[in-house]
Amino acid sequence: MTILAFAEERGGKFKKSSFETVQAAAGVANAIGAELVALVVGSGVAAFAGELGRYGAARVIAVDDPALASHSNTAFAKAIAEVARKEGADMVFLPASQMGKDLAPRVAVKLKAGLASDCVALRTEGSDIVAARPVYAGKALLDVRVLTAVKVFTLRPNVFTATAGDGKAEVEKAAIPFAPADFGATVKEVKVATGRPDVTEADIIVSGGRGMKGPENFHLIETLADVLGAGVGASRAVVDAGWRPHDEQVGQTGKTVSPTLYIACGISGAVQHLAGMSSSKYIVAINKDKDAPIFQIADYGIVGDVLEVLPVLSAEVKKTLGK
Amino acid sequence: MKIVVCINHVPDTETRIKIGADNVSIDRAGVNFMMSPYDEIAVEEGLRIRDRFKGEVIVISLGSDLHKETLRKALAMGVDRAVLLKDDAQRDSFGVAQGLAAEISALKPDVVLFGRQSIDFDDAQVGTLVAEMLGLPSVAVVVKLELHDDGSVVCEREIEGGHEVVLTRLPAVFLAQKGLNEPRYPSLKGIMAAKNKPIEEKAALPAEVRVTTLALRKPAAKNPGRIVGTDAAAVPDLVRLLHEEAKII
Repeated sequence: MTILAFAEERGGKFKKSSFETVQAAAGVANAIGAELVALVVGSGVAAFAGELGRYGAARVIAVDDPALASHSNTAFAKAIAEVARKEGADMVFLPASQMGKDLAPRVAVKLKAGLASDCVALRTEGSDIVAARPVYAGKALLDVRVLTAVKVFTLRPNVFTATAGDGKAEVEKAAIPFAPADFGATVKEVKVATGRPDVTEADIIVSGGRGMKGPENFHLIETLADVLGAGVGASRAVVDAGWRPHDEQVGQTGKTVSPTLYIACGISGAVQHLAGMSSSKYIVAINKDKDAPIFQIADYGIVGDVLEVLPVLSAEVKKTLGK
Repeated sequence: MKIVVCINHVPDTETRIKIGADNVSIDRAGVNFMMSPYDEIAVEEGLRIRDRFKGEVIVISLGSDLHKETLRKALAMGVDRAVLLKDDAQRDSFGVAQGLAAEISALKPDVVLFGRQSIDFDDAQVGTLVAEMLGLPSVAVVVKLELHDDGSVVCEREIEGGHEVVLTRLPAVFLAQKGLNEPRYPSLKGIMAAKNKPIEEKAALPAEVRVTTLALRKPAAKNPGRIVGTDAAAVPDLVRLLHEEAKII
């Protein structure tokens, strides 16, 4: 059997979620006795594709083509499906990043495959997989099995581990003939927002709610986030009020996150918010209402005015980190 | 301009999920259903495109009779026609996409809109599956959409830590994300008018099952932690715990 793992790169660097995906796919390959092939698609990608060897890929295929310098979901999906066919892949793994989620459905249709998206756990049963995926923003989990001969999975970022080993991979180039019709939609430009990590990828998130009292106080959140190298999150209430941009919203109508540490500042903990962040490994809550639901799931809580606590917390963390 | 918007009927966001007796679906008792919030944004965008370019907006939902409530809401918001593709059985995303693609292909629209994902199963698959099945370009998680008279499109989609500016051409599929627009509330007049507008009903084409559900379960409950203390005085203890016990900082 053969397993193909797609690794996303942006600006000449792999995303952490790509290492997680390759390593998780390597684990599955190991468990079911399959060969793992990692795949990189883009322009100039062959030069650094070998790095995937450190995450368990013995072979790496690079579809390295100047035509792919601008991302196009249709062309990328074609490349992945063509390589999967050539390699006789039984399973294809992609990160459930924005790019992976955009490609996987197209790859699945091309390969007549079923797709289990945003998986958070994989259990092998013989040569098959039972995947667990969160539904209702994490209020429940679904155990699913893909019934088709070829199976496609996307894996949620920040859930599977990625530890660099000393493995080495051989990089083979694969040429895919592209036609103009393969580029149905192309990326013209990437605009970087704040430079802080996105909440779906951040290891630490500092998140603010109504208890922050107004948009003018969010610099306290940003200061703590920058001391920690963290992403900034927000509750639906403050996004709806226009205090913060919607790409920071955590919860059922925002982003579902799984960081190592989630610091909830002035967030009481509405059902839809808790659903989006309760799979965080550690949760810290700072809220003046000791009965706020957020304290039910927090590992550590401080009852108090978040506007007074935050500056002291930033200073104390700085001291601990020796900054 | 012919605009198709696909919408879904889902439990509202305040719902506390209880597992049903069959162990594969939720207990629907006492659950309020609504139009999936991203789908409202898609409907709103459809209406704005129609208002600018003229034409019609057709909403389609695949599911049981209960979906009529959500189709009626779209009618009340101002769409021209509503179609229910009836199927009482729960389908996987592939099956939903197959049913929708068959209907959309017959309509030959210029613009197809979806929400970025339906907030029940959070699969984020159906819109892009439909696009691939119909051989159409697609842009997911769209926060800005600019259609030009010559059929060219400039849009922005959200990615991790920023936006991508994406160029494409109609006909195309777009998956709406929060921020694209602020959906209107149906007016009283719209609600009254929607009551008399017909909803076209037809059986959804039978679909393949590609992904099967073995079980629906609740995640392991998180143990309540401890209150470290009150006010700023508790900060040194908190930081010590994060450093020594959790070993995060």
